[in-house]
Amino acid sequence: MSASVLFDAPGPKARVRNLIYSVAGSIGLVALIAWVCYRLYDKGQFAGELWDIFNYAGIRQNIFDALLSTLKVFALAGVFSLAFAVVLCVARLSDHKPVRWVAVVFIDLFRSIPLLITIFALWVGILGDMTPMWALVLGLTIYNGCVQAEVLRAGVNAVPKGQVEAAYALGLRKTQVTASVLFPQAVRSMLPSIISQLVVTLKDTSLGYIILYPELLYSARLIANNTPVGGVYPTVQTVIVFGAIYIGLCLVLAWLAKFVEQRGRRSKAGIVPTAAEQPEEVAAPGDVAKPSDVSKD
Amino acid sequence: MNVLLDNLALFREGFLGTLWLTVVSALLALVLGLVIAGFRVSPVPPLRIFGTLWVNVLRNTPLTLLFLVAFFVVPKVLFPGVDSFILAVCACGFYTSSFVAEAVRSGINTVPMGQAEAARAIGMTFTQTMRIVVLPQATRTVVPPMSSIFIALTKNTAIAGAFDNVDLFNIQKTLSNDGYDIAVIFVWITLGYLIITYAINGLFRLLENRLEVAR
Repeated sequence: MSASVLFDAPGPKARVRNLIYSVAGSIGLVALIAWVCYRLYDKGQFAGELWDIFNYAGIRQNIFDALLSTLKVFALAGVFSLAFAVVLCVARLSDHKPVRWVAVVFIDLFRSIPLLITIFALWVGILGDMTPMWALVLGLTIYNGCVQAEVLRAGVNAVPKGQVEAAYALGLRKTQVTASVLFPQAVRSMLPSIISQLVVTLKDTSLGYIILYPELLYSARLIANNTPVGGVYPTVQTVIVFGAIYIGLCLVLAWLAKFVEQRGRRSKAGIVPTAAEQPEEVAAPGDVAKPSDVSKD
Repeated sequence: MNVLLDNLALFREGFLGTLWLTVVSALLALVLGLVIAGFRVSPVPPLRIFGTLWVNVLRNTPLTLLFLVAFFVVPKVLFPGVDSFILAVCACGFYTSSFVAEAVRSGINTVPMGQAEAARAIGMTFTQTMRIVVLPQATRTVVPPMSSIFIALTKNTAIAGAFDNVDLFNIQKTLSNDGYDIAVIFVWITLGYLIITYAINGLFRLLENRLEVAR
C-alpha cells in the first residue's frame, strides 16, 4: 500500500490545509535547524580556525589511518563472521541432536548478550591476553556469526522441499546436498539480508571506542582532545566530520544491499531475494526465525 | 556466588538502572517512532522529508557516535547541565525510534489497500483512516519486529554504562576495582541482561497471543 492510497487527491479545502501544514512544518524545521546553528554560532563553533584543523596533513593522516583500522576490523570481522555463520548454520541443521543443541544454545546465548559485554569481557582477558583489535574482531565475529547463521538457516529453510528430495533421489550425500543445492540458493536469496547485517557489523566496529582501539570514533575523540584551538576543543567539528564518514560508509553498503535485491528481482532464476532491510536488529532470545518470517515478499 | 551476595545493593542499583533506562527510552522511541512513521506516510511533503531524513540518518549512525554527541556536544552547545540519564535516554530513544518508525511503516504497508480505500470512500480523513482503520490492523504485524527492537534496545543500553551512566555494565568497573574475579562478575551481569531480554520476549509473546485473530 503506497502512501498515496491513504489520502484522497486533495480538494480545495484540503489543499489549503496541506499548504498551511507544509508551511508550518517547514517553518518549524527551519526554526529548529536555525536554532541549532545559532547555538553553535553563539558558542563560536563556526569559527574558521576550528575547522582549519582538517587542513593539517597530520590530522588528515590520522583520519585516514583511523578509517583504515575501522575498515580492517570490519573486513576481518565480516569474513570471519560469515565463515563462522556457515559452521554454526550447518551445526544447527545437523542430524545429530547434541550438535544441534550446542548450536541452538550458543546462538541464543550470544544473540542475547549485549555485544559490548562480549567485547569487553574478551578485552579484559576472559580468554587470556588479547589486543583490543582482536577482542573487537572476535566479539563481532561471535555475535554477527550467530545472527548471520540464523539468516542463512532461514534461507536454507526457504528452499523448496522438492529440491532436496530430488537431490537425494539422484543419490547425492547430505554434504553434497547442503553444499551444492541448499547453500548456493540460501546465500543468493539472503544476500540482501546478509549485506544489511554487514552494515550492522560496520556500525558496531565503533564499540572499539570503548575498549580504546584506535578506530574512527576513538580517533575523533583523540583529535578533539589533542588539538585545542585557542583554548576551545573542536569536539563539534570532529563529530560532524566523523559522523559524515560513518553515515557515508553505511549508506554505500545499504545501497549495495538494495541494488543486489533489485538485481535479483529482475533475474529469471526463480530465487527471490528478501527485502534488504529485514534483519537490521535481529535480537530475540529464543526467537527462532521462521522461514515464513523472512521469505514473505 | 559471593560476588552477587556481597554486592547485592550494587547489583540491584545496576539492574534497576538498566531496567529504568530501557523502559523510559522504549517509551520515548515508541512515541517518536509512531510520530515519525506518521510523518513518512503523511500528505505534507516537508514532514515526509523530515521523516525520511530522520530514519536514514539515525539508522546509519553508530549508537556510540550518538552517545558521543549526547554526552560531549549537547551539554556543551545546546543544553548545559542536563542529567546524564536524560542524555542516555535521548541517545537510546532517538536511535531506536528510527527502527520503530520503519517497523510501523512496513506494518502500515501490509494492511490491504482496499481497507484504506474503503475508509476514504466513506469520507474519513487521513487522521481517521490511520487511527480507526489502518493502525489497529498494522499493530498485529508490527508486534513481532517490535519485540526484537526492544530487546536490541536493552542490549544497546550497555553502551550508556560505558559513558558513566549507572547500569549493569557500569557496575563491573566498581566490582573489578574491588578485586573480584572478572569472569564471575560478567556471568552475573549477563544474567541480569538475560532476565530483562527474556521478560520482554515473554511479554511480547503474550501480547501476540492476545492480538491474534483467526483469518
